[in-house]
Amino acid sequence: MSIITKDLCKNYGDQIAVNNLNIAIKEGEIVGFLGPNGAGKSTTMKMLTGYIPPSKGEGSVCGWDIVDDSLAIRKIVGYLPEHNPLYLDMYVREFLEFAGKMGGVSQTQKRVGEVIDLTGLDREKHKKIGQLSKGYRQRVGLAQAIIHDPDVLILDEPTGGLDPNQVIEIRELIKKLGKTTLLSTHIMQEVEAVCTRVVIIDKGNLVADSPIEKLANITGEKHHVNATFGSAINVKELSQLDEVIHVTDKGNNRYRIEVSSAEGRKSISHFALKNNLEVMELSSENVSLEQVFQNLTKHVDHL
Amino acid sequence: MATGLFMWVLEGSTVFDLGLASMLVMFQLAPYILIFLVPAITMRSFSDEKKYGTLELLVTKPVSELNIILGKYLASLSLVIIAILPTLIYYYSIYQLGAPAGNIDTGAMWGSYFGLILLAACYTSVGLFCSSLTENQIVALISSMALCFLFYQVLGLFGEIQWLNTVGKSLRWFGLDYHYYSISRGVIDTRDVLYFLGFSAFFVVSTKLVFQSRKW
Repeated sequence: MSIITKDLCKNYGDQIAVNNLNIAIKEGEIVGFLGPNGAGKSTTMKMLTGYIPPSKGEGSVCGWDIVDDSLAIRKIVGYLPEHNPLYLDMYVREFLEFAGKMGGVSQTQKRVGEVIDLTGLDREKHKKIGQLSKGYRQRVGLAQAIIHDPDVLILDEPTGGLDPNQVIEIRELIKKLGKTTLLSTHIMQEVEAVCTRVVIIDKGNLVADSPIEKLANITGEKHHVNATFGSAINVKELSQLDEVIHVTDKGNNRYRIEVSSAEGRKSISHFALKNNLEVMELSSENVSLEQVFQNLTKHVDHL
Repeated sequence: MATGLFMWVLEGSTVFDLGLASMLVMFQLAPYILIFLVPAITMRSFSDEKKYGTLELLVTKPVSELNIILGKYLASLSLVIIAILPTLIYYYSIYQLGAPAGNIDTGAMWGSYFGLILLAACYTSVGLFCSSLTENQIVALISSMALCFLFYQVLGLFGEIQWLNTVGKSLRWFGLDYHYYSISRGVIDTRDVLYFLGFSAFFVVSTKLVFQSRKW
């Protein structure tokens, strides 16, 4: 286990930012850390990187305690803070050399060259950071996070405020690095594209922790299959199939079928074959992560 | 670099008056110039880091907090010392101007430089401390100037108030000027040196406490 938290809590005065958080991240996993604004994502990350201590509970990164072994953790963790703070009046190379030396890199020059290649900063390396566009700044932020070849990456909104191309590039980069990664984001597609697992918190509480494929099951999202047949079918007969829960006739031989599992499509196809029906369309409706996210984190507003 | 020039130009106008007298006048003036110069150098060191969030970047690197503070401290102090260095030219010119050439109290001069550097070290620690308290450079500048002035001048003045008697005397002992003038005479007393070092250490440790206050 690379990252473990046990009943991790953080209060700011009366306000509870993180409440009894228990997560465990295995080596090599890329975990998406989701939650509405102010859910406690950044606070959790700050605790994991040793910037602030937890109010209660404990956590560890690669076996090191986040309070007692803070210095050891800082050696093996690459951290990209929220809003990506950088020294704007430093040159890219200069800054990365500084970050490398701070991170205890022995052959700084060589490593800086490697990281510049890796993050695609080659054309910008002689510019001042203040002159760079947001996307390139984000790359510099990422470059400083990976410069000491950390085992674990903790990235707080690595793609925030970037254009779609840049977002994809940064994602590719994160995937290419292949490190144990905890990344926070608001973008659901990002999670689907990069992460193997997703952890969702809301108001400091853990509301979901599961592999992406299984996330839909948690909220009890219904599976729907859209089918169009060549001719009208016997709705009653179809409804009697084990997996089929409900059939809605949408006219023109189109049907929306609620099924109990994703496997439902198979039995519908069997049914069509058996009855010599022409199948024009048979597709599962994808449960969107957005939907799941909304269901998990929506609040009943008492107005 | 700019501060070096600043020091040069600022003193350039007075060097003629001073040069004819002795280096002592320069050393009387220097602490007041440093009250402006040192806070101007140190005001950015932590305020900006806090304001732009780079402090988070810095303290999540595998370097201890004390090392970060000491790094900033030595960097600022080096800059101040570089700013003081050009005044050695005055020493040379006075050395030549003396009749006969070389008729100058070299011992007192080096003692004064030593004292000035220790004084600068104290100002730097005060400046860093004030800078760590606020996100605003100007607040850091003014508060550290006020604090430096308090320690250099105001505490010494208490010693002159008759009715305060021994309290005033001991307050005066806590003032930077008391020890600065003691060293300026060319007699390097361990007590004075310890006072300066302790003074700096006190503010460096205070800065560290401010750093850790985010954890409370």
